[in-house]
Amino acid sequence: MSVELGHFALILAFCLTLPQAFFGLAGAVYRKPHWIALTRNAVVGHFVLTAVSFACLMHAFYVNDFSVLYVAQNSNSELPTIYRLAATWGAHEGSLLLWLLAQATWTLAVSIFSRSIPDVVTSRVLGVLGLISAGFALFILTTSSPFERLWPAAVDGRDLNPLLQDPGLIIHPPMQYIGYIGMSVPFAFAVAAMLEGKLDSVWARWVRPWTNVAWVFLTCGITLGSWWAYYELGWGGWWFWDAVENASFMPWLVGTALIHSLAVTEKRGLFKSWTLLLSITAFSLSVLGTFLVRSGVVESVHAFASDPGRGLFILTFLGLCAGSALGLYAWRAPLFRTNTGFAPVSRESFLLINNVLLVGATLLILLGTLYPMFLDALNLGKISVGPPYFDIAFLIPMLPMVVLLAPGMHAGWKKADFGRTKGLLLVLLAVSVVAGIALALVAYGWHSVMTVIGFSLAFWVGLSALVDPVSRLRKGHSLSAGVIGMSVAHFGLAVFVLGVATTQSYRQEMDLSLRPGQTAELSGFQFTMTKLSDVKGPNYEATEAEIRITRDGKEIAVLHPQKRIYRVQKNPMTEAGIDSGLTRHLLVSMGEPLGDGSWSLRLQYKPMVRFIWMGAFTMALGGLIAAFDRRYRKRVTADDAVAAADVKTV
Amino acid sequence: MTARQRRMLLVGLMVIGVGTAAAFALNAFQENLLYFYSPSDVSAGKAPADRTFRVGGMVTEGSFQRPAGSMEATFILTDFAHNVKVRYSGVLPDLFREGQGIVARGKLAPGGDFVAEEVLAKHDENYMPPDVADTLKKQHQKEAGGQ
Repeated sequence: MSVELGHFALILAFCLTLPQAFFGLAGAVYRKPHWIALTRNAVVGHFVLTAVSFACLMHAFYVNDFSVLYVAQNSNSELPTIYRLAATWGAHEGSLLLWLLAQATWTLAVSIFSRSIPDVVTSRVLGVLGLISAGFALFILTTSSPFERLWPAAVDGRDLNPLLQDPGLIIHPPMQYIGYIGMSVPFAFAVAAMLEGKLDSVWARWVRPWTNVAWVFLTCGITLGSWWAYYELGWGGWWFWDAVENASFMPWLVGTALIHSLAVTEKRGLFKSWTLLLSITAFSLSVLGTFLVRSGVVESVHAFASDPGRGLFILTFLGLCAGSALGLYAWRAPLFRTNTGFAPVSRESFLLINNVLLVGATLLILLGTLYPMFLDALNLGKISVGPPYFDIAFLIPMLPMVVLLAPGMHAGWKKADFGRTKGLLLVLLAVSVVAGIALALVAYGWHSVMTVIGFSLAFWVGLSALVDPVSRLRKGHSLSAGVIGMSVAHFGLAVFVLGVATTQSYRQEMDLSLRPGQTAELSGFQFTMTKLSDVKGPNYEATEAEIRITRDGKEIAVLHPQKRIYRVQKNPMTEAGIDSGLTRHLLVSMGEPLGDGSWSLRLQYKPMVRFIWMGAFTMALGGLIAAFDRRYRKRVTADDAVAAADVKTV
Repeated sequence: MTARQRRMLLVGLMVIGVGTAAAFALNAFQENLLYFYSPSDVSAGKAPADRTFRVGGMVTEGSFQRPAGSMEATFILTDFAHNVKVRYSGVLPDLFREGQGIVARGKLAPGGDFVAEEVLAKHDENYMPPDVADTLKKQHQKEAGGQ
């Protein structure tokens, strides 16, 4: 019964998106306050109904209602409760419902936290968001309903894919979706600005915190995904340039460009058209990512088994979103021309280069991701693009970007006069290069010039990020949250670069066979297999090895990697044993029994790999701090100022 | 130099920079394109001898061999028309087994064996790599047409 309720709530939720879109857009055109109020009510109603619908599906999982097809396919009575609940978004249909819920939450947030924005603008934004929600709700209802019944009901479910039975499932997809769909907010603001034909610094101030928060979620989502793949796939890679990873990375890159371009639009009223274009692109790439995942055109752990009808729907939706927004852009962009200029050496220039390079990196990744699909679609043969291409193609634009980041951070608006900072920067540069060479030689031994460049860049950016707020304080400026956030995010980038450079240069791995009592050595660590035993989990059986790791006779850790066989799906799963120190990970993954009592194992040494995720999370933290800058909460209109004063006197 | 000349010089340098970068990127793209061949293509000599490529098919039942305690495995990959013998040293993926569709990346050895650097199998028991499914379908049609 609850499932029918959920289905019904979803239909009603869809129905409410229509008045939300209509009254939102029309209310802004005809300036009717009660239409705008109606829009806000529709937003609340849509959110409540979507949440009810989602809760109903979750309830079906909780009570093991195997008369529901989706539950029967993705759950099992033996599955631990927490995974039963998370299984709600473990496959295509439910994850789309989560997507819709995320969209409804963003829309509600915009409706609630937009008191500093004129009603007319909010109304347009909510209207555009209503159209997007309508598209996704219709998609679920017509092609991917999770509420279909199975008759006769299954005795038990087919269980959740063992890969997904992990805490990562609880947190990675929601973060990722909230980030993806969060990009619809700057998109909606961009469309609203184009409809109104007005875009100024104030507009940028409205959009910036939303873009930041969406970007923060996207950053966390991607980072969690990388971390999850690292330990759960069991083979110790943190990024595979898989088509679906790329699909999530491209909106992130464009989103990063957008954050920087918005800074120029806010401070100097420049780059307006460019900012609009980035807003449109970031969201379009999010939808493109959905298309890649849902249509089954890519081979990937993420690709859900799916039918072409879904792909066609999303492609049409993408065409409508991007097409109409770009059409509007072509028509309206000339309105946003500005005549103010800036000197060749200025913060504007640095941010322009940053944007060009980020977009360049996105295009190169897009080429590598889509080219094989085009060839395949045109029947010109099956190819794939190897990860080394992405490594090189990504590095080409990113190296100059990271080099220029430090002077860019210290450059002034309009015309940068480095003055005294010039000496400081030169000192920092010299220190960074020396520190980079020293780290490479002393800590790890010579590897390659690229390693030294990587280390030096990490120090260069990290030190500049630390020095920037100090030099601002010295000049007598106070530090806004925006400035602190920028420093923190850039420092995070430095940590990330340090992690990547070290891991990629000095990681070691070895496949070998080992039986109890035997020892192998990797990077100065001795790995001894002390025993093999059978272990029984709630819904799996496993063979567990005990690996004692010592160094110079001193015990470092005892790891228990497992090879699991899940009872329902019979799939073997590798659970790596990881000893995670701050500066290095040691991984042991079990392959298979080799017949004479020994097992094939993969041993890995990953120096500084943790810094990769710590750096990425620090970037996210920086974005979050910047989003809470006080100036974004300031009321902007005279009326509002009066209202605020009134409240104060009361 | 006048301001105009300086600007032109700057633009010129940027064009050269972007051009070099693009050349590097496209070169990397060329070099890392991995072509996919079926066992039939390989036996017909269509696959390159000196370049890494991917080959996909089903692991023939009963063809998997590995001396006890050793990591050196060999198996036969088939599209039910032709076979390729694959050699691989290392840990095989969890879902590798006979009768399963897999994709291997590697090079041809002088004797005609395929030496794999990487073997991929999908985490789904019903899964067959699209490439393999395609090959099998074509093969099937050919057989049906021949009868």
